[in-house]
Amino acid sequence: MEAMKKIAEKVVAGDIRTVARLIRDIDDGIPEVREILKALYPYTGRAYVIGITGAPGVGKSTLVDQMVNRLRKKEKTVGVLAVDPTSPFSGGAILGDRVRMQRHSMDQGVFIRSLATRGHFGGLTQSTRSSIDVLDAMGKDYILVETVGVGQDEVDVVKTAHTTLIMVIPGMGDDIQAIKAGILEVGDVFVINKADREGTDKTVSDLRLMIDMDQEKYRNGAWKPPIVKAQAVFDQGVEEILDEIQKHRDFLTASLGGLDVRRNQEKVRQELTDMVKNRLIEEVLTQITETGEFEKAVQDIVGGDIDPYTACDNLVLPKVGMSPE
Amino acid sequence: MGKGRRLRVMVAKPGLDGHDRGARIIARAFRDGGFEVVYTGLHQTPEEIVEAAIQEDVDMIGLSSLAGAHKYLFPRTVELLKERGADDIVVCGGGIIPDEDISLLKDAGIKEIFTPGTPLDAIVEWVRENVKPR
Repeated sequence: MEAMKKIAEKVVAGDIRTVARLIRDIDDGIPEVREILKALYPYTGRAYVIGITGAPGVGKSTLVDQMVNRLRKKEKTVGVLAVDPTSPFSGGAILGDRVRMQRHSMDQGVFIRSLATRGHFGGLTQSTRSSIDVLDAMGKDYILVETVGVGQDEVDVVKTAHTTLIMVIPGMGDDIQAIKAGILEVGDVFVINKADREGTDKTVSDLRLMIDMDQEKYRNGAWKPPIVKAQAVFDQGVEEILDEIQKHRDFLTASLGGLDVRRNQEKVRQELTDMVKNRLIEEVLTQITETGEFEKAVQDIVGGDIDPYTACDNLVLPKVGMSPE
Repeated sequence: MGKGRRLRVMVAKPGLDGHDRGARIIARAFRDGGFEVVYTGLHQTPEEIVEAAIQEDVDMIGLSSLAGAHKYLFPRTVELLKERGADDIVVCGGGIIPDEDISLLKDAGIKEIFTPGTPLDAIVEWVRENVKPR
């Protein structure tokens, strides 16, 4: 317990090695981190979290790099979590987002960490959220979370942010169609990057059309997402993006009556639901695997002795204090 | 949360050498070997590499050099890790390294040197044998 408190103190003091190791422990699912995270919680809720998502190659890492640069000029400290996919075949991953951000590696006000999606049971959100807490407790003013916006997991990750940027590039009409089915709803600011390319205006009007479909929502006071044209590689449009993020932040603060945006009921409810879900899966699955009950059930189903619905009842219910019918 | 330690390695290109095809191939082989590979990109100073390795909490740094400055860049990386109290991170190297330099580099703390012609499998296997998640 004393050792845990010591680690927590080092994180709050901004010790880089401790922070780096703690994020590793979170990612590797080391059970002891829970105690440290508990001790860190009182120090969280201060950072502003920005999610950046979009298809591979739209320029997320480049934009993050430019945003870090500008935030540093405003004397803000920044943490970056860059999530890349794990290969489902080998379990390995190439984490290359850092390539675009390496100019900040010597800056003590910036902490950059690459994360792999791994084979989490939907636990990516959980471990990313915990890593955000660590960077928050470490005292970073802004935390930028970058993910490839393809799967539900990634969408959930960006949903944990206060402001979510969705990045697209011109000439990917079908791409916008794909966005429609699920992540359009989570976008607070839309960025059209590489805006020197042909088709930019068409992409703007396509997006505007989709955003405008929710007129009723806006009349009832919902945030209407702005569209920003940018060329991140030339640092163009980046200040405007930061301005829009600030406007969204002001909007959130005002609509929540000036309350802490991180601790609003809706977010806490979502976070706790995910946490309970993951914890249950982890505990129950570990138990039934270790006792061999799981494997036995598999064999029984294969052998035709039992149906999977009954087997599932038998496995899960006793673990949560209920008895199967 | 996903259970268990996963090996994390960094592939880095120190110095002014602008060729990273080899480094990329190695990175891919490491990925296919099941490691998480952080790639830093070209033109890194040893200082930048060490700082990134610490933030990323990697178990090993693989340095690639084709331009002849390995006798400074490789030992300097080891030295900086020591200064930062992070010398539990294994350093190995590869690229165009003359045979007569290898013992000098090993004396300086570089654990292994891989020269052209080494099969990828052999490198991945060496890492598996010699680098353990810390």
